Amino acid sequence: MKVIYTDSLVIGGGLAGLRVAIASMQRGYDTIVLSLIPAKRSHSAAAQGGMQASLGACIKGDGDDEDVHFGDTVKGSDWGCDQDVARMFVNTAPKAIRQLAAWGVPWSRVRGGDREVIINGEKVTITEKHEAHGLITARDFGGTKKWRTCFTSDGTGHTMLYAMDNKAIQLGIPVHERKEALALIHEDGVCYGAIVRDLITGELAAYVAKATTIATGGYGRLYSVTTNAVISEGIGTAIALETGVATLGNMEAVQFHPTAIVPVGILTTEGCRGDGGLLLDKDGYRFMPDYEPEKKELASRDVVSRRMTEHMRKGKGVPSPYGDHLWLDITLLGRKHIEKNLREVKEICEYFLGIDPVKEYIPVRPTQHYSMGGVRTNATGESPTLKGLFSAGEAACWDMHGFNRLGGNSVAETVVAGMIVGEFVADYCAANPLKISTATIAHFIKKEEKKITDLLVRDFGENPFALKAQMQQIMMDKVGIFRNGPDLEKAVEELTVLHQRARHIALRNRISSSNPELVEAIRVPKMIKLAQCVAYGAMLRTESRGAHAREDFPERNDRDWLRRTLAAWPDDSTDLPDISYEDLDVMKMEMPPGSRGYGVDNIILHPDSEKRMAEIEEIRKANSAAGRFELQQLLNPTPIPEKFKGKNERIGRGYK
Amino acid sequence: MSDQARVLKFQIFRYNPLKKGDKPRMVTYEVTEAPGMTIFIALNEIRETQDPSLQFDFVCRAGICGSCAMVINGQPDLACRTLTANFADGEITLLPLPGFELIGDLSVNTGKFMRVMSERVESWIHDLHADDVNYDALEERMDPDVADEIYELERCVECGACVSACATKRMRPDFLSAVGFMRLARFALDPRDKRTDDEFYEIMGNDDGVFGCMTLLGCEDYCPKDLPHQTQIAYLRRKMALI
Ligand SMILES: Cc1cc2nc3c(=O)[nH]c(=O)nc-3n(C[C@H](O)[C@H](O)[C@H](O)COP(=O)(O)OP(=O)(O)OC[C@H]3O[C@@H](n4cnc5c(N)ncnc54)[C@H](O)[C@@H]3O)c2cc1C
Ligand code: SF4
Ligand code: FES
Repeated sequence: MKVIYTDSLVIGGGLAGLRVAIASMQRGYDTIVLSLIPAKRSHSAAAQGGMQASLGACIKGDGDDEDVHFGDTVKGSDWGCDQDVARMFVNTAPKAIRQLAAWGVPWSRVRGGDREVIINGEKVTITEKHEAHGLITARDFGGTKKWRTCFTSDGTGHTMLYAMDNKAIQLGIPVHERKEALALIHEDGVCYGAIVRDLITGELAAYVAKATTIATGGYGRLYSVTTNAVISEGIGTAIALETGVATLGNMEAVQFHPTAIVPVGILTTEGCRGDGGLLLDKDGYRFMPDYEPEKKELASRDVVSRRMTEHMRKGKGVPSPYGDHLWLDITLLGRKHIEKNLREVKEICEYFLGIDPVKEYIPVRPTQHYSMGGVRTNATGESPTLKGLFSAGEAACWDMHGFNRLGGNSVAETVVAGMIVGEFVADYCAANPLKISTATIAHFIKKEEKKITDLLVRDFGENPFALKAQMQQIMMDKVGIFRNGPDLEKAVEELTVLHQRARHIALRNRISSSNPELVEAIRVPKMIKLAQCVAYGAMLRTESRGAHAREDFPERNDRDWLRRTLAAWPDDSTDLPDISYEDLDVMKMEMPPGSRGYGVDNIILHPDSEKRMAEIEEIRKANSAAGRFELQQLLNPTPIPEKFKGKNERIGRGYK
Repeated sequence: MSDQARVLKFQIFRYNPLKKGDKPRMVTYEVTEAPGMTIFIALNEIRETQDPSLQFDFVCRAGICGSCAMVINGQPDLACRTLTANFADGEITLLPLPGFELIGDLSVNTGKFMRVMSERVESWIHDLHADDVNYDALEERMDPDVADEIYELERCVECGACVSACATKRMRPDFLSAVGFMRLARFALDPRDKRTDDEFYEIMGNDDGVFGCMTLLGCEDYCPKDLPHQTQIAYLRRKMALI
């Protein structure tokens, strides 16, 4: 039995995992990172558009601060987020980006003086302040009041991930590549690491740790067409579920991005629209202003995706052999801009579509993009039910995104959560000696060994590739952008059948070392369980909130549904997860539920909303002399680690 | 596009070093071409419907992460963004990238090589104070053009195509290779990195470093991100020759 001991085990070598690992290493704890692939190839590298942080250096970001960012994030989430977490996040994001600047990210910078930009389809000259010259600049993104999305040309995620991994290498943090965590080791409500399979040799090992962090990214591959990498299969999330003790939060909250290319689903960044690109229909008509006169193409993602779908349903889509699509027009931005700030988009168009976006329109359609749901944690990043298990990044439901995340808030979350959760992981390592028996470790290894042996000896059974394709199709057809009761019920039923069939997978290639079919056979049953959590949660949530849009329940129902869905799977022999709910407390909200300002308001109010509004008014009046920081403390005191409590400086404004 | 879809003929290198008795060989697979088909799509189809043991590496499948470089009809390139329509006769031969440890079939261990490279060139900002930066305060300013220039060199995706196309590397196993030079050039340009020329010389001022390069420039020809190897290697050489 191979056992490896460490203090802090981090599953996932993307931005979130590496940042947690750096934090625990810098606090002096022995740390190991596991990754399916070399860390620099993690999906974080694919983020092109940018990272939100309220630096307010560029002229269109003037007046931005934590409070404006907070408001955008909460509204974006359709009030589904945890406001304590959103607060910690917005206050820490400027620090995160500045630290990354010191670690080597070549953020694009403000150039003082005049420059031409495209706003609302028109060429406009804006004048950047000379005193801001050389500070980190930002671009416009959907759902934000200010230009707040900081970027490196068109390779933001790439440069962030390279800087982060380089920092990890500098600190000597071992990254065990081509390793897959298959199960968590736990006993009496405490997690002690993971059982891990070497994807080359097939060998199983126990990685035993004081603290275990899941930072394995999203579960986009539950859908057949997604912008996500092929490894974004949610396995980390699934192994948390399979403990039967940890819970998953809001799994039905799945985001669709408006502009992925047709048919392959590769993303063209929101930066295209942020920088002035337009959406056109089959007649070349710009339709978004008709639906959303104020924010137009730059409404929140969930809103734009729905409007596009509505418009195509009216017969305005461009027909193609792969179904209808719409056009993304960036030709108006000009060659120079596209070749510098949208080069990755240009390459994608050239290689995958054979078109030149400088001259031609790009065929796009809303496509699965982001997983708001994930391993439920409290504000410290720890599972409320399984001690010693932490989660950060897209894998987690730390819950700053609620039912819809804003573009640019995700890579920002990975780093900020990495910083904050990383401190709590280190605190946990300090406070908890490792107490686990070899017998328990052996029990967990044997269990995984048996599952693999069973797969290798079974003569006849289900084909894992086929099961996966069927699951992905069910999710596409019945758990998509618009949802309804009958389809969701059917999805739940059909997925349950797949779940049962997945107990009888058999292989054609029966070797235990490097074997892609075996990998698939191990993952598919886990993925089906996640798909069941998504579909079942969506079926039960009889309201529309953020990205969860029910045609049969179009209103956002704060009265009955201002609550987070929790999924657990305590008994492995059952066919469905247990679903329960956690209420969001309106009386503690810094920003009680209100209108997002899109379309017609269709909200069933929560009885406490007005009460809390009135209470906030009272607090404001009683403290009329208080500055914004004191007021925020009164309205929403948050558990930010001491290290990150400082105020953030901005040009022309100081620390105010 | 004609209605009659072509049948593509793939010749694929097969060898699993972990399987006892397995021998390197070429195996032919036929795949019906679909519109917009990439080598990524074709290989997955082969794995799912013909041979589930076929090994290859893809992650982003969008030409961004650098996982999938292989030798395609004699030339190293990213397989995920190579359309099968590019091959007029419908015959496609795939070999694993040479110069790296073979995991199996088309899968090679570029990750291990790149980590060693990063450690060797110390691929991070050398600044004793980087960890004491007060990140509440305004960040240090940087000239916008310098930031853009650094990004140009940072676009490398560690795919390994340049390494596999390098004749020097074939003769000198420890040759740092173009990917390492590009990384050094990136840090040498960065005002945040406080390393002196002497310190850079320690890393690359020898025949396994920049003086070993025979300037055959296979690297520049095959770099999928069009990095400027020629000018940067020449620049590093001049810089090092002055020491
Ligand atoms: C195309 C695209 C563009 C995007 N653009 C933006 C943008 O512009 N701005 C923005 O804010 N967000 C963007 N996002 C979202 C953002 O990039 C991701 O949410 C974020 O990078 C996720 O980071 P992560 O660290 O949580 O996970 P990832 O980067 O996905 O890393 C997951 C890690 O976990 C490892 N792993 C997974 N399973 C296992 C296992 N079982 N065992 C061991 N290791 C495992 C993987 O190897 C990998 O290292 C984009 C997303 C996509 C798909
Ligand atoms: S320099 Fe170019 S060819 Fe070499 S590893 Fe980087 S991207 Fe690949
Ligand atoms: S799979 Fe990422 S570059 Fe090909």
